[in-house]
This record gives sequence, C-alpha cells and structure tokens, in this order.
Amino acid sequence: MLDEINYILATDVGSTTTKARFFKKTGDEYRYVISGEAPTTVEAPYEDVTLGVRNAVRQIEELTGRQLLDENGIITKGLEDQGVDLYCTTSSAGGGLQMMVAGVVKSMTAESAERAALGAGAIVMDAIAVDDGRKDHEKVRAIRTLRPDMVLIGGGIDGGTISHVMQIAELVKSAEPKPRLGMGYKLPVIFAGNINARKPINDSLGDIFSLTMVDNLRPTLEEENTEQARAAIHQLFMEHVMSHAPGYNKLAKWTEVPIMPTPAGEGTMMRVIAENLKTNLLGVGLGGATTNVYSIVDEKFVRTVSANLGMSYSICNVMKETGIANIIRWLPFDMPEESVENRLVNKMNRPTTIPQTLQELVTEHAVAREALRLGLQHHKTLARGLKGVLRERTMEIERFRRMEEATYIDMMKIPVIVGTGGLLSHAPRRSQSFLILSDAFQAEGVTRLFQDSVFMMPHLGVLSTVHKKASWEIFEKDCLVRLGTIIAPRGQALEGEEVLTVTLEMPDGSICKETLRFGELKRVKLGEGKKAKAVVEVTRLFDIGLGPGNKLETKIEGGVVGVVMDARGRPLVLPEYHAVRKTKLLEWFKALELYPESFLEEVSKQ
Amino acid sequence: MKAKAEVAHAYTPGLKVQMTTTVRKTRRLSTFGDILVNEGDTVDFDTIVARTYLPGEPHLLRAAHLLGLEDDPKDVVKYMSKKVGDPVDEGEVFAECSLLFGLVKKSCASPVKGYIESFSENSGYIVIREPKTVVEVRSYVPGKVTEVLPKEGVVVELNAALIQGIFGIGGETNGILRMAINSPKDILDADAITDQDNGKIIVAGSMVTGEAMAKAAKLGVKGIVSGGVNYRELVNFVGHRIGVGITGDEQVGFTLIVTEGFGKMNMSKRVFSLLQRFEGYKASMSGATQIRAGVLRPEIIVPHKELSSQEVGIQDSIGGMKPGTPIRVIREPYFGAMGKVVSLPAELQKIETESSVRIVEVELESGGKVMVPRANVEIIEE
Repeated sequence: MLDEINYILATDVGSTTTKARFFKKTGDEYRYVISGEAPTTVEAPYEDVTLGVRNAVRQIEELTGRQLLDENGIITKGLEDQGVDLYCTTSSAGGGLQMMVAGVVKSMTAESAERAALGAGAIVMDAIAVDDGRKDHEKVRAIRTLRPDMVLIGGGIDGGTISHVMQIAELVKSAEPKPRLGMGYKLPVIFAGNINARKPINDSLGDIFSLTMVDNLRPTLEEENTEQARAAIHQLFMEHVMSHAPGYNKLAKWTEVPIMPTPAGEGTMMRVIAENLKTNLLGVGLGGATTNVYSIVDEKFVRTVSANLGMSYSICNVMKETGIANIIRWLPFDMPEESVENRLVNKMNRPTTIPQTLQELVTEHAVAREALRLGLQHHKTLARGLKGVLRERTMEIERFRRMEEATYIDMMKIPVIVGTGGLLSHAPRRSQSFLILSDAFQAEGVTRLFQDSVFMMPHLGVLSTVHKKASWEIFEKDCLVRLGTIIAPRGQALEGEEVLTVTLEMPDGSICKETLRFGELKRVKLGEGKKAKAVVEVTRLFDIGLGPGNKLETKIEGGVVGVVMDARGRPLVLPEYHAVRKTKLLEWFKALELYPESFLEEVSKQ
Repeated sequence: MKAKAEVAHAYTPGLKVQMTTTVRKTRRLSTFGDILVNEGDTVDFDTIVARTYLPGEPHLLRAAHLLGLEDDPKDVVKYMSKKVGDPVDEGEVFAECSLLFGLVKKSCASPVKGYIESFSENSGYIVIREPKTVVEVRSYVPGKVTEVLPKEGVVVELNAALIQGIFGIGGETNGILRMAINSPKDILDADAITDQDNGKIIVAGSMVTGEAMAKAAKLGVKGIVSGGVNYRELVNFVGHRIGVGITGDEQVGFTLIVTEGFGKMNMSKRVFSLLQRFEGYKASMSGATQIRAGVLRPEIIVPHKELSSQEVGIQDSIGGMKPGTPIRVIREPYFGAMGKVVSLPAELQKIETESSVRIVEVELESGGKVMVPRANVEIIEE
C-alpha cells in the first residue's frame, strides 16, 4: 500500500505563514520537489486557515503545472496528472495555549506543575501557591483576570494531608475563571495532586469545570512525575487548537492523518537525528510567535516552547526581555536605538513582511541571536534535576538537605546543534545561520551544526507517523543540511594572546595548520560528507573538552560552511566600546563571508 | 544537493480605508445578562444596550484557623451565628468560639460588606462575597439594532466611513473630528492643541510628539489619529514597554490610533483626505489591537448618511493583486510609499539580501518604478 504512494503534499499552518512542501517518488526514492508559501488566513476577512493552505498549494500548482486542488480541497486520489496520494499537515495557527498552574508549595508542586505546563508547550500566565506571598483575595483576583485556557492543579504527596490542596481548589473555585474563547464552555481543569483528594476535588469542582484527573506530579517528595499531566495538557491543547482556529475542522477533513502541532513535528525529527547520530543534541525551531527548544541529553528528551519569543508576532517581546542594547550590540553599523525600536515594532505590526535591504536583514539576525539565547535560557530552567527534599540519616539524626537544581545542559557535552524555522531556513547564506546558532547557543568544544534546508522538519515529523521511509529519505537527502563544525574552546584571555592551534589532515592528505589569537575567528573549507583528522591544542587557560590545556585528537566533519575555529572565548563577551565592537564584528563577518563583501566594505567605511 | 530556499509568496490583505460602507458591530456582554433594546430600535453613540450583574469580589477567611479548629475544620459550622447565604456587614462577627472554659475567645469577622457564599468542611474556609457589580454595554456606534443575541448582546448596523489603523492604545470613545494640522506631513506638537479640543478626536499628520500626547491627556482630548509615533515616546507616555501587541485596556486619558507605523510616517493621502472630508462629524474610535493569530486592528468609524456602499461599489480585494491594483509598501526602504502594480513577474528574483523571492513591480505615486517583495506590499482596500 505504502509503495503505491508517489506524490505527497505536506503543509504547516504557522502563526504567520502557511508552508506547503511537495514530495515525489523518483525511481525508488522519495525526494523534495518544491515549496509554496502564503500568509496564514486566520484573520478577517478570511477567517479560515484552509484559504492560506489553498494559496500556498496554488503556488506549487503554478510552479509544477500539476493540479492539486479542487472545490473540495486537496485532491487526495492521486492520478497520473493530478492530485497527491497522501496529504498531511501540522499546525500552530491557533497560537499558544495560555494556562495557569496552582500548587501547594511554590518551590515544589507549583514548580512541577509549571514544568509540566511549559514542557507541554503552554504559556504559563501565573503560578499560584499557598505560600506564594500573596493574600488570598489577591490570588483570586489574579485567577479571575487571567482568563486562562486551562488550569493545572497539583499539591500534596499521595496519602498525605488533603487540606492544603483543598485550599487551592477552593481558591480556583471562588475565582470562577472564564475561558477566553466563548461563553457556555466549561474550562478544562487538570488535577494532578494527592490521589486521596480526588473525590473531594471532584465534589468541589466537578460540576463547574471540565475536570480531568491524572497521576500526582509529586507522588513522593523525592519523585517528580510530569508525564501524565503533560499528556493531558497536550491532549487538551490539541482540542483547543482544533476547535478554535477558524477553518480548522474543515482542514481536518482534508486529511486522514491526525493534525500534529508544529513543535511535535519538529521534536520528532530532532529525536530522529539524535537516535541516528547516537549523540546528545540541542535543537531549535525559531518561529514567528514562538521559539521551541529541544534537548536530548543522555537520551532524556525535553521540549520547551517559549511562547513569547519569536521573529514576528513576538519580536517586540524579545526586545523587551533582552533590552535594545543587547540587540544593537550585534550590529556592525551605526543605527540610532530609536530607529531600531521603531523598525522592530513595525515588523510586529506587519509580521509577514521580509527584509529587503541588508541592513534590515542584519538587524533581524541580531534579534534572532537574542531570541535563541533567551529561548535556551528558558529551556535550561526546565532541563534540570529534580528539586525537592532529600532525607538523609546520619548518626541517628535526621536532617534535610535541599538538592541543587542546576541545569544539566552543558554546552561542552552537546556535540550537535540543529536549527529550523523560517529565519534560519530562509537565511540567504548558510554561514549566517551557522554563526547565529553558534553565537546564540555559545557552542563549546567541537560541535557539529545542522539546519533544515527550507523548513520542512514539522512536515516530515507528521509524515513519519504514516510513512517512515519517505520521511527519512527526504530528511536525509533534502532536508538536513550539514553546515559544518565549530571548534570553540572554553576560557578567556587578553586580546591578541595565542590560545588555539588546529592541525587538520585534509581528505587529500594535505595538512592545514591554523593558530588563532584571542578574539579571532577563522574558516577552513571542508565540504559536506568530507572528514578531516584534527589535532586541537589549547593553552592552559582554555579547555576543549578534556580539561584545561589538554590536547584533543578527533575527526572533524565538513559541511556547506566548513570548519570554523573560534578563539573568541567562552563565554563569548563582546567588546564594550562601540567602535571596537563594530571592528570585531566586521572582522568576524568577513572571516565567514557572512554578507556580501561590498556591503561589509561600505559599512567599515562608515 | 539540498533544497534551495526559494519559495513563492502570496500577498497580504490591506487595512480598510472606506469612504462608505455598512458597518455591523456586535455588542456583547462578557457573561449572560439582560438586553435593553429591541430589534429595529435606533440607538445613539452611548445608548446602554445590555446589562448584567457580576458577582462581587470573593474574600476567603481561614475560619478554622481563626477559631482554632484546624484539626476539625468541619466543626466551624457549629460556632457560626449566620448561615451560608446570610448577609454580613463589614467587621461583623459571625462565628465565635470559647476555649479553656471561656478564658480564650476566638472569633471570625467579615472583612467586607456582603454575604456568606460558602463554607468548606474540608479546608475550613469561608467565602464572603461582596455585593454584585453592574456591567453595562454601550452601543459604541449610532445605528439600527438589526439582531438581538438572546442574553448576550445585539448587532448594530450603520452607514459609515471606516478607517483601520495599524496600532492603537486605549479603548472605545467618541468625539468630534478636528484636523489639527494642515498636511499629512505635519507633526502634531503641543502648541497645536488648545482648550477647545476637550472632548474631540484630533488628527495629526506624520507624527504626534510626547509633549502633545501629555497635553492632550491633560486637556481632556478623547482621541488622536496620527500617521506615526515614536515608539520610545509612546512607551514613556504609556509608562511601560510594549512586548506583545495586545492593547486596548490602557488608561492614558485618550485613545491613540496610528495609521501607518512607528517613527515619522506621513499619513496616507487617502486616510488624510477622508478624515478631512468628515471634519466636524462625530466619530467612534477604538484603539484595541491584537497582533496575533486572529489579528484585530484599531478603527475609526464616522457615521454619515451620504452614499451607501451599494452605490459606490466596494472592490473585493480577496480577488488578489493585478496590474493597476493600488498598493502601499509596508517595509523599508520604501515604507509608506503608495503606488500601483505594474507587473507581477512569475519567476523568483534575487533582492539585495540575496534572497530569491516573488516580487511586484510598482509605479510609485512619487514617481519611478521599483521592485518590492510581494510580502512587503498591501493592497489598498477601497
């Protein structure tokens, strides 16, 4: 049956743009053919996402000459000259899920609930706890004004006292939060607390809310269990998106494959990469409204959706969170702060526009670095060990020790970084996404970088649920771009001090030896699929992964950008003085041929 | 070889600038209530069309804790002198308990005037609810009630000029339109606003200054319509940075609508001349903006009885862009420029950034032909 599939169409209905991708079986293998994109049509006068899908697919019809649409939607009875054999789609059109969490102890159950919610891709509007320092009426007012799409309540260990968690439930009940969308709709409430409280919770909240009971987030003090709560949130998120994005039900009828949320599609492919390379991985999907970060460390998969960081709808929030100075620090030219601010607000107001000038492009790339940096910062707060109380018995005395909750994301232990999303995939030069990713995430040691060629990871993620072979073949051959490898030791030195020597034995047997001084960035070309033996030597203040001053011998993989040697130090600190910083940025941009030479020359003369 | 980043792009629908159209406004309560008008009734700008009563603020009392009954919260009810549903005054003691043979007395007093709404045997909490508050919905625009939505609200229909802005601050208001400047290029500064502008909606050209906004708020101006505003001056005036584009609840004294964008932006001639034509008319405006999936733009509605929409003929922009279609460029380097579509080449073309995109050839009103990515123009809706 699967063998009979020759033409495949996949779409992703994003918050800003609807992207259609067309795939075809040629000989025995599946390949990507062409793309079509159009603004997502959730707003008036359209208010129907299928119109945006039609517009995007119509582009493919124009470019291929093959009819794919009729009055009923996508033609899914593939014939020799029209239609496709399989159509599937992902979506993030309905926007983020805005929810509220509540628990008994702020630093424990409320945080576990927050982690479950964030991990499920929701925006957490507030976290209420018995001990959060607010008065009860203040908490009630907060719940009332939030108008969340969903509430998650945790609290109490299994078998423990129920009075505290009942207090929280009473607070929620008193506030009577109304859903944002539509009257006569019961607000979903998930209870993930003390199992003994289920009956009184049901008696108290069952008639007013649409109540779902799942396993306790904290069955014991030492144990955190967010999986069931996440799954319940995810399920309700799907229902939320399905019922509230205009035209969504119509779209669902166009395909027999269940519609998958965009982050789920991306996450599926991130896992595929980690499994195939058998390595830890950090991935990111930089979208218009959200930044989705994925980590796979020692086989543990964590996904976070920063619902207020993005390159169009959320671009002003990036500016608000990081501050205008942090954006301007990445610009190699002079532009008044007020002018940058006005340009970014204008981008938010008109989210589907694209940069036409290089100055505008570089400005968006500056914002992208900050959005990714903040996204990873957010991710690190969730990718960490369990916070709780560890009971120890020493010399007959029972004492308690708070466990530290540092993140386990250590960039030195992340050998692979993968980027997807409109800005990264559509960057005119691959070296641009290479440097954006490595600057923002501050890759350390020896790190391979990959990116999605034309933004089709979500599409292939949903395709993999029904046709693994097609998904993998397209992914391997047309989607995954091997950008190259960055060698970046950890440490600091004075400008101009010698810090790094890399000796590469190239595939043709020639030797390439580069010595870098602090603050330098160099590139050596080594194509996709090519490997080089490398000896990386660092001075005693630097660490390439084996401890300060220790030499590393390894194999380096090439890519479309090649091998980048980065002696700018980790953490990367940009020069404070504008003129010095501008000179350094230009030097780095030129080293990677990041933008056209004429543009960089012009800027350097400013 | 990996796929190249070459994709096609469709166009963006524009903001509405209509001299005459039929405006339908749905006026809805946030919760069910009473509808005060009937289908066919004529309503004015401020007619109250629906009303409801919202439960007052709840106040939670830890009664079991206050009475020293934490171990047996269900016993609280034994010491209450009032039952659930009874009214209570502020400071009124409604539960008392004597301990240690009367040596220690503990009590529970109401923090507010209201009534006892509930008591929980599990937590020992008592909820005192304040009296109900009235919520009313006004018609916002004058016109005819064409539909009653039982218990929810009404639909009001009218003939009006409609202008959508790109961004706004503040909620619904109304006032007489006054042109405070002479051309779409002029900047509205504080000197141009006088005591006579109290209660009015004043029109600026390319920008309104921070001083002008402060003076407008002080003199009781109802609204300002401007081509542009400086983001930093707006932030200083509003008092907080704007992160996500969701506005409408700001309490800054008046409603502001920006028609073109941030920075100094000449108001489009069409918007300017339309506002000029209706100077002296009473208009409704709302700054509420939501820039997210399901975008909501701010609006100015000028009710009038001149040509109806059928008579002037509304162009359906959903049909798309073709040679001759009037457009506006909405991104640098030609931001704000107006023009007409000359051609729509099918092939992807490389622009300055080196991206290959679908472009549109535009003849600018100011003269000259330029190439612009299709994503960077919007159709002018007439």
